[in-house]
Amino acid sequence: MQPRVDSRTQDLLRELAPQVLAVMVRRYRHFSGCEDAVQEALLAAATQWPTEGAPDNPRGWLIHVAVRRITDAVRAEASRRHREKLVVSLVPPDEQIALAADAEGALERDDTRDLLFMCCHPALSPSSAIALTLRAVGGLSTAEIAHAFIVPEATMAQRISRAKQTVQTSGIAFELPKPEEFRARIEAVLHVLYLVFNEGYAASAGAVLVRTDLTAEAIRLTRMLHRVAPDEREVAGLLALMLLTDARRAARTGPAGELIPLDQQNRKLWDQRLIDEGTALLQATLPRGAPGPYQVQAAIAALHDEAPSAEATDWPQILALYEVLMSLSDNPMVALSHAVATAMVRGPAAALSRLDVLAKDRRLEGHHRLDAVRAHLLERAGDREAAARHFRHAAERTASTAERDYLLLCAARLSHG
Amino acid sequence: MKYMLMMNTPSGGPYQVASWPREDLARHIGFMKSFATKLGKAGELVGAEGLAGPEQAKLVRAGADGKPITDGVFPESKEFLAGYWIVDVDSPERAYQIAADASAAPGLGGKPLNMSIEVRQVMSAPPTDA
Repeated sequence: MQPRVDSRTQDLLRELAPQVLAVMVRRYRHFSGCEDAVQEALLAAATQWPTEGAPDNPRGWLIHVAVRRITDAVRAEASRRHREKLVVSLVPPDEQIALAADAEGALERDDTRDLLFMCCHPALSPSSAIALTLRAVGGLSTAEIAHAFIVPEATMAQRISRAKQTVQTSGIAFELPKPEEFRARIEAVLHVLYLVFNEGYAASAGAVLVRTDLTAEAIRLTRMLHRVAPDEREVAGLLALMLLTDARRAARTGPAGELIPLDQQNRKLWDQRLIDEGTALLQATLPRGAPGPYQVQAAIAALHDEAPSAEATDWPQILALYEVLMSLSDNPMVALSHAVATAMVRGPAAALSRLDVLAKDRRLEGHHRLDAVRAHLLERAGDREAAARHFRHAAERTASTAERDYLLLCAARLSHG
Repeated sequence: MKYMLMMNTPSGGPYQVASWPREDLARHIGFMKSFATKLGKAGELVGAEGLAGPEQAKLVRAGADGKPITDGVFPESKEFLAGYWIVDVDSPERAYQIAADASAAPGLGGKPLNMSIEVRQVMSAPPTDA
């Protein structure tokens, strides 16, 4: 996007881009061709709107220009008798040129949602879905995405191009989920958005700025989805979870990027505006039916955010929510968090015996989090030596630098006072 | 998740490319080049480098004045790093498969070398604290 464009135009363009792309892909059935055309239309808007003023119907304007661009491209292609034909030829020629921009623009379709369905299709690997979503829905440049994930731009370009190919060849672009698939497809979208958020939340020293952008982007996309699908309660739940988690960002790392655990964070640094927004969203959503996993996680985050201190946290309520969460999904990581809450309510001994049961779960075998939780519980139980041993064991197994440093510091504090 | 795939070869082991006939060497180089291209096209390659031979290796440490003290050449070191790849993949299994593909690089007479490749995760994961 053009750097000189004012931020209101930029926000508007980023909001409209996925809608326009969805309309184009539905009509012309060629992902790359449509994306190029939409990019050109956005560029035209970014240069014309600031001087000539935005049109009355910006979405229709963009569609109109994109249609003209793809029509030109098809003509040029045809005249060159290029072997690789655009699939656009499936659309009757007069329709390709004559379709008025508003013919479809008047219908408020769930374009952003449909485009997310396409980019987060289960046929794509997680990394491909993430890259394609950030590119096609988020409108980030390939260089920006490559930078965020710390891979070369050429590699990211290949990943995106392969993802587009998969979308193209598998026909994902043209199928809308059947009613019985709808739930699973929404879940796939939410999972991808959650992964982007989580990646951004990994604010480790040295990569803080870039990764924070991923957090902001995940929130922006989830907000966008929430706006077009306000009745999807898990979308609201995920948005609330992101806001309530992101609210703690400033307190979560120290000056050198070191991790600060929840119970030691300076709660004055928490962003009250985000907490209020997340809580309000959750309060509007929870009464509307049995909550899904994101709503429950958001409710747990809200209880932490509302507590004046770690001790004053409503741990019995958090424990109850983890029990709900466990009944919703068979996830060993949830069971570990449940054990932590158990310790806060019933003491470390009860929690440690729960861990002994969990340790038999093969999915947790060799997982650093099992050792980290055990170390914390042992420390609370007063067994400093065993706690230090498990902190070190956990440190050996984590793949996060910030987390390893934190775990080693815990071990050192216990061993050397 | 990112992994570093390290090709460690024992000194005096099968990886003495300098002594290979021209066609074996050419086949090996061709394999390595197309291997890197393939990883790039798959959107998985983060970086790859081959290292100069251990004949030029130096051990360096700081002296009392902070100036480098270099220690000679180590032709007899038991094992040395010949080169590495860093890949960004969706699972450890995929990293192991890539390592196996590299391990099967053609050597003398075009026979697969089946060298062992050390696979290590790069510390780039998000922390998991709740």
